[in-house]
Parts: sequence; C-alpha cells; structure tokens
Amino acid sequence: MLDRDEDILKAAEDWQKAGHGVALATVVETWGSAPRPAGSNLVINDDGTFLGSVSGGCVEGAVVAEAMDVIESGKPRMLEFGVADETAWNVGLSCGGTIRVFVEKVG
Amino acid sequence: MKSGTLKELNVERAARRPVIVVTDTANGEQRLVKAADFAADPLNAELSKQLRMGKSGNVEVGGKKLFLNVYAPTARMVIVGAVHISQALAPLARSLGYDVTVVDPRTAFASPERFPDVPLIAEWPDVALPPLNIDHYTAFVAVTHDPKIDDPALLHAFARDCFYIGALGSRKTHAKRGDRLKAQGAADADIARIHAPIGLSIGAVSPSEIAVAIMAEITATLRLPKEHKQEAAE
Repeated sequence: MLDRDEDILKAAEDWQKAGHGVALATVVETWGSAPRPAGSNLVINDDGTFLGSVSGGCVEGAVVAEAMDVIESGKPRMLEFGVADETAWNVGLSCGGTIRVFVEKVG
Repeated sequence: MKSGTLKELNVERAARRPVIVVTDTANGEQRLVKAADFAADPLNAELSKQLRMGKSGNVEVGGKKLFLNVYAPTARMVIVGAVHISQALAPLARSLGYDVTVVDPRTAFASPERFPDVPLIAEWPDVALPPLNIDHYTAFVAVTHDPKIDDPALLHAFARDCFYIGALGSRKTHAKRGDRLKAQGAADADIARIHAPIGLSIGAVSPSEIAVAIMAEITATLRLPKEHKQEAAE
C-alpha cells in the first residue's frame, strides 16, 4: 500500500518541525459508496503540498484550498462533499457517495 | 491537532502500539488514548469495540458527537513452512492487506520460484523469528507438519502473544504436539490457543481451499467479538 498513514502523519510532523503551517484532514463520515473509509487522512502544508487522500482524487483540490484557510485562521472546519451537494458539478464524488471531512490545524 | 498529540501518535505507531484519537468535531477538542489505557477510560466499551473492528467511527456520548479515529498497526502474517498451502495463502493474505513473511529452513521449499514477491527466510525458526519482532498484531501459521520446525516456532508465537496461532495437523497429531510442547514448558492455556486442525471447517480439500479456510478463521479471530468466535468455529 502506498502512502501508509504512518508516513503521512510523519510527514506532517516533519513539515511542522521545518516551520511550515500544516493542516490535517480526516474523513469522519461516509454514506453510500465512498472511496476512502472513515479515518483516512490527508495532510497539507502551507506550500499546498499534500500527502494521503480523503477520496479517490475527486475532492482533494477543494480540501487543500479549505486547508489553506484553516492554517491561516487556526479554526477547524467540517466539509461535506457528495452528489446532493450543489458543488457536486464541480467537485462532487463521481462514485455517488457522500463524505464529511474534518479539517484542523496542526500545532 | 496539537503538535504534542501528533508526535505521540507517531511514536505509538512506530512502536506498533494501537491508539485511538478522540475528537469532538463540534469544537475540535481532542485527546489520544493508548490501548493500554482503555480499561481506565470512560469510553472503554466504545474504544474497545472500534479497535476490535479496526474501524474508525462516530459515537454520541453525553450529547457530544465524538469521532474515534483508530490507528491500529498493520496486520502481519508469518507462515512457517514454504509448502503448497503457503503458496496459496501468501497471496491471499496479501490481498487482505497483511504483510507476509514465509520461513522455512528447507531451501528446496523456500525458493523464490515458488514464492515470487514474498519475503522468504530460509533459516530455522530460532534464527529467523526473533529479528521479525513478532507481536500481537501478527497471525502465526505453522504448516511444515514437521515437529522439528513447527514446535520451536509455536513456542515463539506463544511468547509473542500473536492474535492468531494455527498449526496443521489432525486431532491425533495435535494431541501429540500438545504433549511435546508441554514437555518444553508450554502451559495448557498456550496449547488451547492453537487453532488445530487449522482453518474453519468448510470441507476444504485442495491447498487453495485450505488457504481460504485458514484466512477465514484468521479473519473471524480478528473481527468477531469473543462470544461469537465459538459459533464461527462450529
């Protein structure tokens, strides 16, 4: 398996030690057919570099953008993606599932 | 997540010790609970259940919605015996996400031609096993059918508290094995931990079918609550 969680979380720790702002995104709930199970992590730094995944690549771009705000504000945020969502046309899950992603700042 | 929490999480993961991160998703409040501290935790029942299932999920406690993120070590499988069954079992276990290692001192059996892409150690158990750091998150399968190899391997598995220990052999063979292992210092409780005859009773005949029976038994041992395990075995 690529990008094991331990490597992802280790990268987050290393980024932070190197002085980066870092955010951690976690899938906390899924409905229907979702590509990544609850507990999956995506880590993002203030360069926009990211590791891991919360979907099959469908919504990572949007999560990274939100993560930038979270790194800036320090306030956690809950995101929801799915076919029922208006943004589905832009960043919805093509598999038809719905996911909730919790984004928090590290530090 | 606080830097300290992340650091602690990485330390526990590197040491292959399970932890659960509890997050109140309404306000971001968070704490890390080590498996060793579950018993004393107010969420003991919920934490234990999620860890057993190896699944993260939400619980509602006292009007709070909490997300329990389970970080369990990757399950491993050590197969002692590079036999025909193992040729079917190794790829099957890998498809279920296990890291697999095969040990057999008989180089004719432990050959890369027979086990492409599987880490192979052609050494006796006393040499091969200690460096593997076998732990509770390891399924241990002894299938050489040779007491010289299986017996010392099983003694090692007892000492490392593997969550599953299985050994090939009929009831008669197993009874004799029990006597031998006890003579070498194993307790009755250790012998009782061995699944033998190995695998769920599904009428398996071919090596591949036996591999399925073994894999199903390992999965049941890993996932079912204790009181249901008997049903699966029957």
